[in-house]
Amino acid sequence: MFRNFRLTCTALMMATVAAPLSAEVLRWSSQGDIVTFDPYAHTESFTASVIHHVYEPLVRRSETLSIEPALATSWEIVEPTRWRFTLREGVTFHNGNAFNADDVVTSIERLLHPDARARGNLSTVTGIEKVDDMTVDFLMAGPYPLLLNDLSGIFIMDKEWLEENDAVLPGNITTGVTSFASTNANGTGPFVLDSYQPDVGTIMSANPNWWDTPKHNLTSIEFRPITSDATRVAALLSGELDMIAPVPLQDIARLEASDGFSVIQEPALRLIFLGFNYRDELHAMPGQPNPLKDERVRKALWHAIDHDSLRDKIMRGKSRTVGILVAPPVPGYSAEADVPLPYDPKGAKALLAEAGFADGFSTKLDCPNDRYINDEQICVAVKAFWERIGLTVDLNTESRSTYFPKVDKGETDAYMLGWATLPAMDGFSVLRAILATRDGNSGGNNPNGLSDPRIDELNQLAAVELDEDKRRAMLTEALTIARDKAYFLPLHQQPVAWAIRDGVAVPQFPDEYVRLWFANVN
Amino acid sequence: MKTGTIRRKRLPMPPYVMAAALVGLAIILAAILSPLISPVDPTDNASFNLIDAELPPSWLEGGDPRYLLGTDNQGRDLLSAILYGARISILIGAGAVLLAATIGVSLGLLAGYLGGWVDALVMRIADVFLSLPTILLALLVAGIARAVIPDADSVFWAPIILIAAIGINEWVQYARTVRAATMVEASRDYVRAVRIMGLPMPSILFRHILPNVIGPILVISTINLAAAVLTEATLSFLGVGMPPDYPSLGTLIRIGNEYAFSGIWWITVFPAVTLVSLVLATNITGDWLRDRFNPKLRGSK
Repeated sequence: MFRNFRLTCTALMMATVAAPLSAEVLRWSSQGDIVTFDPYAHTESFTASVIHHVYEPLVRRSETLSIEPALATSWEIVEPTRWRFTLREGVTFHNGNAFNADDVVTSIERLLHPDARARGNLSTVTGIEKVDDMTVDFLMAGPYPLLLNDLSGIFIMDKEWLEENDAVLPGNITTGVTSFASTNANGTGPFVLDSYQPDVGTIMSANPNWWDTPKHNLTSIEFRPITSDATRVAALLSGELDMIAPVPLQDIARLEASDGFSVIQEPALRLIFLGFNYRDELHAMPGQPNPLKDERVRKALWHAIDHDSLRDKIMRGKSRTVGILVAPPVPGYSAEADVPLPYDPKGAKALLAEAGFADGFSTKLDCPNDRYINDEQICVAVKAFWERIGLTVDLNTESRSTYFPKVDKGETDAYMLGWATLPAMDGFSVLRAILATRDGNSGGNNPNGLSDPRIDELNQLAAVELDEDKRRAMLTEALTIARDKAYFLPLHQQPVAWAIRDGVAVPQFPDEYVRLWFANVN
Repeated sequence: MKTGTIRRKRLPMPPYVMAAALVGLAIILAAILSPLISPVDPTDNASFNLIDAELPPSWLEGGDPRYLLGTDNQGRDLLSAILYGARISILIGAGAVLLAATIGVSLGLLAGYLGGWVDALVMRIADVFLSLPTILLALLVAGIARAVIPDADSVFWAPIILIAAIGINEWVQYARTVRAATMVEASRDYVRAVRIMGLPMPSILFRHILPNVIGPILVISTINLAAAVLTEATLSFLGVGMPPDYPSLGTLIRIGNEYAFSGIWWITVFPAVTLVSLVLATNITGDWLRDRFNPKLRGSK
């Protein structure tokens, strides 16, 4: 407490003293911390959004989320499987090193390393070649329509810096591999990382040598995670913070009624759903056959959930109940498949009985408690819904830093996952990472043995289909299969809601990325 | 029982101590009897519905007469949740005190009676434990237990882990107090007598010395019970205590705290008031007991 208080005082004093020099500090908080600073060691979009302030991709999202040149200025398709990128001249990394083709080659090879957690983010790329100092060729397994989408999430690192600091091999949050790059950063982005202390905070300052003209007026950014909803809101109300993202749903009304603060919100791309264990036995019932492999059981679990109560009570009417694994703006979405199974506890019990589990069964349910909006509360409610149809549910909630490695290792029976199809913003990301059988680049987020031959086939076909209508039809087919067989249990589309103090202008995006290089503070 | 001392003059019990003792007893009794007296069983999923979530206390607008103190964020009856929560909190607190007392008294008796290197060893270990903050040590034990036991979050294991985590660093007080008292008793004639009679050591320690040092142990236990209940609440508040779907006072306060700014004050206020009353009552009673057993204060008033 005391230390925080002193820190705050110091920050306030610094802000006051430096005010005439127009020091525009933006202090913000979220419910959890980033999981690493190594861009290839994770696939978490919140972490990516924070890292994006320091590191940059070859192409980036504009203020309208369209793709625009960043570290690459232009590109051409030499052959269907060879794309040539011309790199931007005169860009330097934060340590002063010049940016060139060697950095891109080293970065992409680091990402393609089999031990990199994020290698599925660039799944069809097989290799990269340096053409000259400012030109590189990407080599692909086949024609691929989404290369630019994928590249918008691949940050470029500095070859010399990686070599000097013995960090050429990628980290991986699942296996726990870390390196110098896990806690340090040297990018080309609009902000320079000054300090990063896990679970304490991250401080960045504006990069005076940034190649682009800043649209922001910030001199520095201070981020610190505050898990407790009430504490986070209190920090904003007391002037300790300028922005909180997300704002707790129960406090939206209170903040809107307060002078000097406003809440900005819109539907997010992120869908929240429950995943299942498809192995031969459940962790909760060793030695017995896994009931979740039975489609009727999974449908029973879906029918058991009272989505209206979840939405109205826990999500305060701010969520949208869904039946499919992508949000409406995302390619692959289909309104026909976006129909949840209705709340029907009697029908659920009948389905369980039909599958031979009239007396229910035991399962674990694992959830994060600081990642998605009201995640813990949702899971407590789901446990109650499931126990009412006869299951015994062993619920465990924990922080994202231990939760995601656990999910990645397949140590769960039923687990909560949120997916916003980032960075590609395309249904293919669900197909490739979540639905496809885990094999090489596919199934990076399918740790529990889900395997459907038709989905795997569509995964291969959609990857190389250049006709957009046909490609979308394939995505829709795969997503419809997932829905009809209840491979996952979709819960809802969550809102993105932030609270800011007056005088702060930050654009909001449905992908929930906080892009402070568009922020202005007065 | 007291050997060779004058009869104690009883310290009268002031009214506020009487009141505190009654409040403490009432809460403990209500908690123990919670399965009988609480309106519903909050751990039974059939007893609540999400539709009823966040209803205010019954006397406020929008309140429901079925829920006297309102409902929590999952629609559970708050009164029942508090009663059951107090029961699990007191159970864990009492378990931790029992564990600490068992370890502490045994080691204290041994150290005080044997002296020498045993005494030195026990007291140095005690010093190490004293140098570790209670919460830190409890978090450490809970963390290790979670890594070792796969079902650490189950309703069965969570209380056991909490008892171990809290109990493990409170034994020091017992050991130090009992050691000092044992040293005094060990030099007395009745101990010499039983020793000459050839009684085995456990018998001397537990049948003859222990009854004469039990007074201070009871006093420490009362005060430690309050501390243990608080530690349990703190650990649950930090999220390493009872599972989130099983009400304990700390868990209820933690969940309710998320709503502190949204006008839904009852989820955190009622469990907090219960916790404060319980701890305050136990502390006042414990303080008075300490004064009563303190020979230096005897006859000063």
